[in-house]
Amino acid sequence: MSVKEQKTFCFQVKVNRDKCKGCQLCIFYCPVGYLVLSSRLNKKGVKFAETKKDNECIGCGFCYLICPDACIEIHGKEQDKEK
Amino acid sequence: MKKSFLLPKSLKNVDTHYCSGCGHGILHRLVAQAIDELNIREKTIGIAPVGCAVIAYNYWDFDVSEAAHGRALAVATGIKRCRPQNVVFTYQGDGDLASIGIAETLHSANRGENLTCIFVNNACYGMTGGQMAPTTLRGQKTITTPLGRDPESGDGWPLKLSEVLSVLDGVCFVARSSMSNPQGVKETYQYIKRAFINQIEKKGFSLVEVLSSCPTIWQKTPIDALRWIEDEMVKEFPLGVIKE
Ligand SMILES: Cc1ncc(C[n+]2csc(CCOP(=O)(O)OP(=O)(O)O)c2C)c(N)n1
Ligand code: SF4
Ligand code: SF4
Ligand code: SF4
Repeated sequence: MSVKEQKTFCFQVKVNRDKCKGCQLCIFYCPVGYLVLSSRLNKKGVKFAETKKDNECIGCGFCYLICPDACIEIHGKEQDKEK
Repeated sequence: MKKSFLLPKSLKNVDTHYCSGCGHGILHRLVAQAIDELNIREKTIGIAPVGCAVIAYNYWDFDVSEAAHGRALAVATGIKRCRPQNVVFTYQGDGDLASIGIAETLHSANRGENLTCIFVNNACYGMTGGQMAPTTLRGQKTITTPLGRDPESGDGWPLKLSEVLSVLDGVCFVARSSMSNPQGVKETYQYIKRAFINQIEKKGFSLVEVLSSCPTIWQKTPIDALRWIEDEMVKEFPLGVIKE
């Protein structure tokens, strides 16, 4: 993705899967489609949001802002530490 | 651009009892974030309402008192007058603030009590199973208006309490925002912060009305519920700063 080359930061998105209630608002608002609904269930018995394999996050914070259950944290890191 | 988005310290990292997609959770985080950013956690006292947010004190990590249904601003008045050094805010639903508690709301505002009031408008009574609230939209079906709210047949019109309070001399700031998209969440945060700063600067009564999702009572998916706010609620409740 070209977005990747432009950014000076890489963003690590952490979803607290056991707090997640599967509302999917983060998935709906993520502009790059980096979040998806898992096929597995968490301890509440709901399908939780998770990140895709390849890190495409642009650090917009939309998922963090809209999550009603404070499940998401985004850690901005220097590019060379990208995973 | 902000590089990290971390959970506020004033918010406990615990599960909440709120339904999936409920706006209360977003608003709890915003209040906690504003308190962190203004560095007022040790001197803030919140007043929890009766309504779905009745146990908000389980989720915030600062002092919170409970009030009887609708009386949050009366309790807040007492606390603030005894302890003017504290930052005191109420967090109330539309049933709590605009229906059973309207006398306390109106008079606290009119007295210009130096308080911050956060008003969660979800167009219904959530906790008790979805009765009509004063803020219920025209035509909106609830369990007490099964054919839809009909102003002509005695149900009344959606109560625009923010506009009503804005004309009072004691009120220094009134704004309405919507948490139906990330931009709206950011805006809500800015209003809440301003409402706290006004109190710190002893400017008087500040009200922030927040259009908030209730997917369960509205019988919508969380995403459709946010769309309904954007398509229907904002027509009745226009967004922006109403008084400053
Ligand atoms: C004196 C009194 N009357 C009625 C009730 C029942 N009651 C509990 S919550 C509520 C309405 C809550 O609606 P709202 O303030 O809009 O909050 P929401 O649940 O929608 O967040 C009512 C009528 C009560 N607890 N106490
Ligand atoms: S920060 Fe933005 S791009 Fe990254 S996962 Fe969240 S919504 Fe998607
Ligand atoms: S917004 Fe939060 S609760 Fe909803 S699916 Fe995403 S992580 Fe889960
Ligand atoms: S009933 Fe509505 S306001 Fe109450 S917790 Fe459920 S979604 Fe939230």
